[in-house]
Amino acid sequence: MKLETFSYLPPLSAQQVAQQIEYILKQGLVPAIEYVAEPNPRDHYWSMWKLPLFDVRAAAAVLTEIEACTTAHPDCYVRLIGYDRNRQSQTVSLVVRRPSLSP
Amino acid sequence: MTMNMSDVPGKGSTPAFDAGVHEYRETYYDPGYTPRDTDILAAFRVTPQSGVAPEEAAAAVAGESSTGTWTTVWSDLLTNLDRYKARCYQVESVEGQPDQLMAYIAYPLDLFEEGSVVNMMSSIVGNVFGFKALRALRLEDLRIPVAYLKTFPGPPHGIQVERDKLNKHGRPLLGGTIKPKLGLSARNYGRAVYECLRGGLDFTKDDENINSQPFMRWRDRFLFTMEAVGKAETESGERKGHYLNVTAGTMEDIYQRAEFAKELGAPIIMSDFLTMGFTAHTSLSRWCRDNGMLLHCHRAFHAVIDRQKNHGIHWRVLAKWLRMAGGDHVHNGTVVGKLEGDREATMAINDLLREDFIPADKSRGIYFDQEWASLPAVLPAASGGIHVWHIPELVAIFGDDCVLQFGGGTQGHPQGNSAGAMANRVALEAVVQARNEGRDLIVEGPEILNAAARHSAELREALNLWREIKFEFDEVDRLDPVHAGS
Repeated sequence: MKLETFSYLPPLSAQQVAQQIEYILKQGLVPAIEYVAEPNPRDHYWSMWKLPLFDVRAAAAVLTEIEACTTAHPDCYVRLIGYDRNRQSQTVSLVVRRPSLSP
Repeated sequence: MTMNMSDVPGKGSTPAFDAGVHEYRETYYDPGYTPRDTDILAAFRVTPQSGVAPEEAAAAVAGESSTGTWTTVWSDLLTNLDRYKARCYQVESVEGQPDQLMAYIAYPLDLFEEGSVVNMMSSIVGNVFGFKALRALRLEDLRIPVAYLKTFPGPPHGIQVERDKLNKHGRPLLGGTIKPKLGLSARNYGRAVYECLRGGLDFTKDDENINSQPFMRWRDRFLFTMEAVGKAETESGERKGHYLNVTAGTMEDIYQRAEFAKELGAPIIMSDFLTMGFTAHTSLSRWCRDNGMLLHCHRAFHAVIDRQKNHGIHWRVLAKWLRMAGGDHVHNGTVVGKLEGDREATMAINDLLREDFIPADKSRGIYFDQEWASLPAVLPAASGGIHVWHIPELVAIFGDDCVLQFGGGTQGHPQGNSAGAMANRVALEAVVQARNEGRDLIVEGPEILNAAARHSAELREALNLWREIKFEFDEVDRLDPVHAGS
């Protein structure tokens, strides 16, 4: 199964995910984390992992939340989002974790 | 709009009827005029016949595209032409082109019907282009005032809503035009669609001249391609679409095809907006907004109108009209592929399609500030002779908000459409990842692609196949040189 942006690349390492988080922060976007057990291309609303991380300034803090989300929901897909206030929606979205037995 | 009559010059001094032929400049050349915020402004490149003075030629354009005719008539005196006439308020020479001049003309808003691109065209680019005192005439740019824009619906959805609907964020979209463009049966055509989509493209596309010919009737095409879209979607877990071209000979046929596309669950349909005509296209765009359908627009016919530097209408004006009439995607050249398109001019037109405010900058061919007043944005499609080696430069030029529309660059892959699509998608994602990591796509492009090919045999093969292909011909329509101070 493919899940949009970066799903045709080998899984991103923690360091590569951190670089994408840096990009999100540099663009002035608000990072957020979501998870779901069974992704469906017509399902826009995955579960939110806490509120969007409005106050975060460092990639490490976002990585910590991705870890926490993965630990709490080991059978779920986890995605990282960047919200753009000016466009009033997300402009970045990528799956950063897949369950270990995912297709 | 309300008009304060005390603003109108000439009020209270009704002249006597003076039959005969007067110079246009007596009425239509007014260098002291300050354009109003509600005026439509036009920049014309004028090539007068020899012996015609620049101001007279420029004034003739203003007169012939608004209230004027060749001789005075008594009924001119039954209205106040000062309220309705266009005025040439500035004339400029053109660097390196002694036979040309730029004429800036202001049209009062009252001359135009609300919500009608067609009415603007009939006035501003109507009779005047055949006027004998001119050897050639080209409309370079228009400033559309906010007051007028607010009478147009614009794109059915716009870029952000399309992305939200299809759940595609943070990268350009990938499209593929099914080839050969004519002659496939509907079932075989659907096969080509399925292979492209399952390989990793977001969209496939009918070509501009695929309508409903004997070799493939529209209804058969719609059924087979939507089966392909549904299957690719289920297998990949991603939203997919095929631009179903609903262009037809009558509006009734167009609506019938659009309704059937909707019935089949298609997310997007397609219009040849210039050959269809602005009235038909605007009606279709309204239908798309009412029915939640995305609208892809092909610009077939544009080069007839916009390619010659001294005559016709520049593409940036046609693109503005399209944004007003409505469309979610429009083809806007690639800068790097097989079709014409000066790089700076193409970039500036991307801005006109995507941004809210575009400042005047003559070095980019933008003659006026343009404010869009929150009219939705149009996604430019880069199409024509592009392949994997172009992707770093295309992403650097276009950014995320575009559709990279391949044809041979997907389907010409030695292993077929699916492998070609996968090569396109792997290359695109590797390039976006690298850009986000802060790498220079122009300098490091080949290195980024070669590294990505290490985990993709499909990309490796595509890179080997198209290593030497370039399209390097000089542009026919280049921007004017702009010197400091001009």
